[in-house]
Amino acid sequence: MSEYNFAYLDEETKRMIRRAILKALAIPGYQVPFASREMPMPYGWGTGGVQVTAACLIPEDRLKVIDQGADDTTNAVSIRQFFEKTAGVAVTEETARASLIQTRHRIPEMPLTEDQILVYQVPIPEPLRFLEPRETETRKMHALEEYGLMHVKLYEDISRHGTISTAYAYPVRVEGRYVMDPSPIPKFDNPKLSDCPAIQLFGAGREQRIYALPPYSRVVSLDFEDHPFEASKADADCALCGAGDSYLDEVIVDDAGGRIFVCSDTDHCRARRAAGHLGAEGAPYEEADA
Amino acid sequence: MYVAVKGGERAIDNAHAWLAEERRGDRDVPELSVAQIREQMTLAVNRVMAEGSLYDPDLSALAIKQARGDLIEAVFLIRAYRTTLPRFGATQPVDTGTMRCERRISATFKDAPGGQVLGPTFDYTHRLLDFALAAEGEGPAPASEAPARAGDVPHVAGFLGREGLIQPEPPVDGVPPDLTRQSMELPASRALRLQALARGDEGFLLGLAYSTQRGYARNHAFVGELRIGAVAVEMEIPELGFTIELGEVVLTECETVNQFTGSKTEPPQFTRGYGLVFGQTERKAIAMALVDRALRWKDLGEEDRGAPAQDEEFVLMHCDNIQATGFLEHIKLPHYVDFQSELELIRKLRREAGEGREAAE
Repeated sequence: MSEYNFAYLDEETKRMIRRAILKALAIPGYQVPFASREMPMPYGWGTGGVQVTAACLIPEDRLKVIDQGADDTTNAVSIRQFFEKTAGVAVTEETARASLIQTRHRIPEMPLTEDQILVYQVPIPEPLRFLEPRETETRKMHALEEYGLMHVKLYEDISRHGTISTAYAYPVRVEGRYVMDPSPIPKFDNPKLSDCPAIQLFGAGREQRIYALPPYSRVVSLDFEDHPFEASKADADCALCGAGDSYLDEVIVDDAGGRIFVCSDTDHCRARRAAGHLGAEGAPYEEADA
Repeated sequence: MYVAVKGGERAIDNAHAWLAEERRGDRDVPELSVAQIREQMTLAVNRVMAEGSLYDPDLSALAIKQARGDLIEAVFLIRAYRTTLPRFGATQPVDTGTMRCERRISATFKDAPGGQVLGPTFDYTHRLLDFALAAEGEGPAPASEAPARAGDVPHVAGFLGREGLIQPEPPVDGVPPDLTRQSMELPASRALRLQALARGDEGFLLGLAYSTQRGYARNHAFVGELRIGAVAVEMEIPELGFTIELGEVVLTECETVNQFTGSKTEPPQFTRGYGLVFGQTERKAIAMALVDRALRWKDLGEEDRGAPAQDEEFVLMHCDNIQATGFLEHIKLPHYVDFQSELELIRKLRREAGEGREAAE
């Protein structure tokens, strides 16, 4: 791949993206338009995240890529290989050892540090999009801080279902100003957005937007005093490592519909098993399955 | 005991190997060459060049071969390659009046200077499968040739312009925006709209254009002129201080003449829609012209009839097939996490609804 620049994008494109990132960090939660490039993977596969990662990577970085919390999901593998090939950076599956983590749909269970950057892949950056399909309108609504429509939607949920019926991509308010889409992470992850020591960057390639949370930003999940936000997960423990406080995937294990729950964050689960924790269905930890 | 599924990496490698084998097909059948595709699948090559927005018949043919004939996939390959190309500068605007037309027809005048030239068209073929093509053998006899017509072919709309019957197109100063280098900003200028339409999906534009004909913002279009042929591409080289010809590209240009009875701001006159596309791509060029005309309602002081083809944001944000196919197809990627959160929500709502019913009984 020597015919391509470090991390694939040319330096001028990276500069354009870095400018957008800096602007996004200066205005937390605000969606900065950027001239997204056509990448060699399809829109919807994380082209926004890939461009942000490409613009941030330096040769000394150690990259981790997860999709659904797992390092070995097909698209995570594919993106990690892309940067191994085009940037030659070191990669890791261990959250603690990564300097840059690109993620789709999850925030790692392990708390992040000031030395890390978390890059989210974002399909629809506009939290108001499903209430108002027009970009020309939603930009105005953000400018005027006109978020009544969102609160009405949440209120209608409660009046109809007794609860807010948004389970992922749960809207947040950043530093008391912009309402922001945290990307389709489960609302279980929302509390981790706030007061996070790491830089959090959000890239939406097809929609040509970048937004950001600088370290230690105050991020509040929208709710009502009498219906407070509640992070939720399956009411079970991980069958492999026994964790009771991590986000779980449900796995169907037999024809009769028998199911178990396992950690969605594969590195978290591995580390716990390595430390000797064992769930109901788990095998004792061996180096080989790391 | 449960062992979590692993092996994404091996699965990908194996899938790619299988894909390569399927692309080749039965090895007892000779392999297609890129040149064969370029020469015999020309209209597919043209479509890929147009929507890929890169004029290169060889690369386009290669992309079609690699994509197993999936033209949107081929367009994607070309687009991804195109973004990596350095930009040397911009060419002079091409002058389609100097086009060496191989096809040129007008539906509004029986004859006009330059004449009606049918060219290589399907228009009057009878759509009967030609089983002779299935038999390998001698190709068709060469078509008869007339001497090339000398001189430029004037635009039909120009004749209406002389009488002031058609709305003029005042020249626009300044460098047009480049939608591949800037994010789309709405409302868009006409230059940006035409750019987006020129690389937009043929099927999407065809459907939209058809909808205007059926009454969703009907704009009474006639094909004032449709011309296909080669035009010279010229560029001014700053070091030289003059313009040199870089080569030729084949273009399809369609200018529609649309009836218009006037509005509060504009007198009764004919108006225009414009389509310009790489290669011989006339369905696309006509569709583009109709959609362009529908999108001009604001400039002409027309009524917004709420039709899809009049809605700039709707049209421009959804006409790109690479964006559309990416987002459409991405829903086959893993969504376990989101689905899990939905599962829990639905279970909770059902539990609460059940409790509510019990309490009521």
